[in-house]
Amino acid sequence: MTMASFGYVAPEQQAKDKADFARKGIARGRSVVVLQYTDGILFVADNPSKALHKISEIYDRIAFAAVGKYNEFENLRLGGVRYADVTGYTYDRQDVTARGLANVYAQTLGTIFTEQYKPYEVELVVAQVGEDAAADQLYRLTFDGSVQDERGFVAMGGKADAVAAALKDSYSDDMSLAAALKAAVHALEQQDSDRHLDATSLEAAVLDRNREHRLFRRLPAPRIDTLLSEANGAADSAE
Amino acid sequence: MASNDSISGRLPGMFSSSGSASFTEFLSSYAPDLLPGRRTSSASAHDDIPHGTTIVAVTFPGGVVMAGDRRATAGNVIAQRDIEKVYRADEFSAIAIAGTAGLGIELIRLYQVELEHYEKMEGRTLSIEGKANRLATMIRGNLGMALQGLVVVPLFAGYDEERDKGRIFSYDAVGGRYEEHDYTSIGSGSVFAKGSLKKLFRSDLSAEDAALVCVHALYDAADDDSATGGPDLIRKIFPVVATVTWDGYRRLPDDEVGALAQAVVDGRYEAPGGPAAPLR
Repeated sequence: MTMASFGYVAPEQQAKDKADFARKGIARGRSVVVLQYTDGILFVADNPSKALHKISEIYDRIAFAAVGKYNEFENLRLGGVRYADVTGYTYDRQDVTARGLANVYAQTLGTIFTEQYKPYEVELVVAQVGEDAAADQLYRLTFDGSVQDERGFVAMGGKADAVAAALKDSYSDDMSLAAALKAAVHALEQQDSDRHLDATSLEAAVLDRNREHRLFRRLPAPRIDTLLSEANGAADSAE
Repeated sequence: MASNDSISGRLPGMFSSSGSASFTEFLSSYAPDLLPGRRTSSASAHDDIPHGTTIVAVTFPGGVVMAGDRRATAGNVIAQRDIEKVYRADEFSAIAIAGTAGLGIELIRLYQVELEHYEKMEGRTLSIEGKANRLATMIRGNLGMALQGLVVVPLFAGYDEERDKGRIFSYDAVGGRYEEHDYTSIGSGSVFAKGSLKKLFRSDLSAEDAALVCVHALYDAADDDSATGGPDLIRKIFPVVATVTWDGYRRLPDDEVGALAQAVVDGRYEAPGGPAAPLR
């Protein structure tokens, strides 16, 4: 008690306060899912903005998805693009890896979390598509710099638990792009009791291992519509 | 390379500064030693540094073709017979170099990253004029080297999405940028290639015929310039030919260029000077 009056806060308490603060900030935003499908990795965000992206290209085989405060993850995205381009130019394009980028982000987020008064209110996924699904890499980074190596799918953002639970039910290996997109949209709709998401309120992109050179490609709204009706058609005929 | 040590840990402050979307500008503050043209040397250039030679570009309705021979020379020696001098700059443009080969290829690599970097940072591609001007600035950065004899001259061609046509830009050693109409050529054999292009060009060429015109022009350049290599049918080394249209950059595969080269060589058995333009 006497210590507190001198402004002393135990490190445990400080870390807990910061973590609570960051979690609260992230929980206010909408969710993003990242999942593997047969030809690569799919990113879907509940994001009606066409200009402020939550999903972005970093390098040939690497993309980035984020939730939380826009200015903070945008700052990390720009840093990541610079890191990737400098590394690729200094050495070779194949020497730019998601693992390297995830490490740099982890160090950066960790330092900000411990040294700065206010931690970043963000959560990221850095994903790299490989020659086959077994070689794909998904890293999830949280506000304190922790890194988790994920497989299959990742959900993050406001109602990440509900979204992840829905994905767990519908996700399987070897999903087509249409099936994966349907599963992702259905999972994102679990954020609220009566949420309906159509193509214009979604931001979606893929890392397609069958493309050449730069594998990142955004899915425009008409393409999302086509894929969703394709998936629904397949489901109807199966019944 | 010392400036890159810090990259293994967290992102250095510079990486998260809101700077410009230019990769070259970022590199010039972060690792200036990685930029071409920033090194100083008191020695003057020698003949034994490989030089790239002839590049041609021809527009056709809806696009542009660019082609380069495969020879690099160092003095009177053929330094390499299968060098590549024509590259994809981005989805809708091509770049090629003549002059000091090593510097030129480094410049192309930097330029490719420059365009891609801008695209990723800003979320949009540069206009074709923007791309052409950016290249001029980068050539200007090489001025010191150019004055010592290490000249690099690029040729830039791209598809203009606004106007639905191919456009060509040439440069001089100090970064002067000139838009070319219809066709152009750079490098040691360009005098002969341009003469050939002048007679063969017409405004209604198909993409394939424009490629054929390029191969003819390179043949004529090789015919009279010892530093330009002709098609090597024995080793199957053919010019690099690339088209840029609304559909993007496409390098013609070896069998397509091989067929064009074979047709050109076969035709020259009949008429060594190539197709004759009608006199009246």
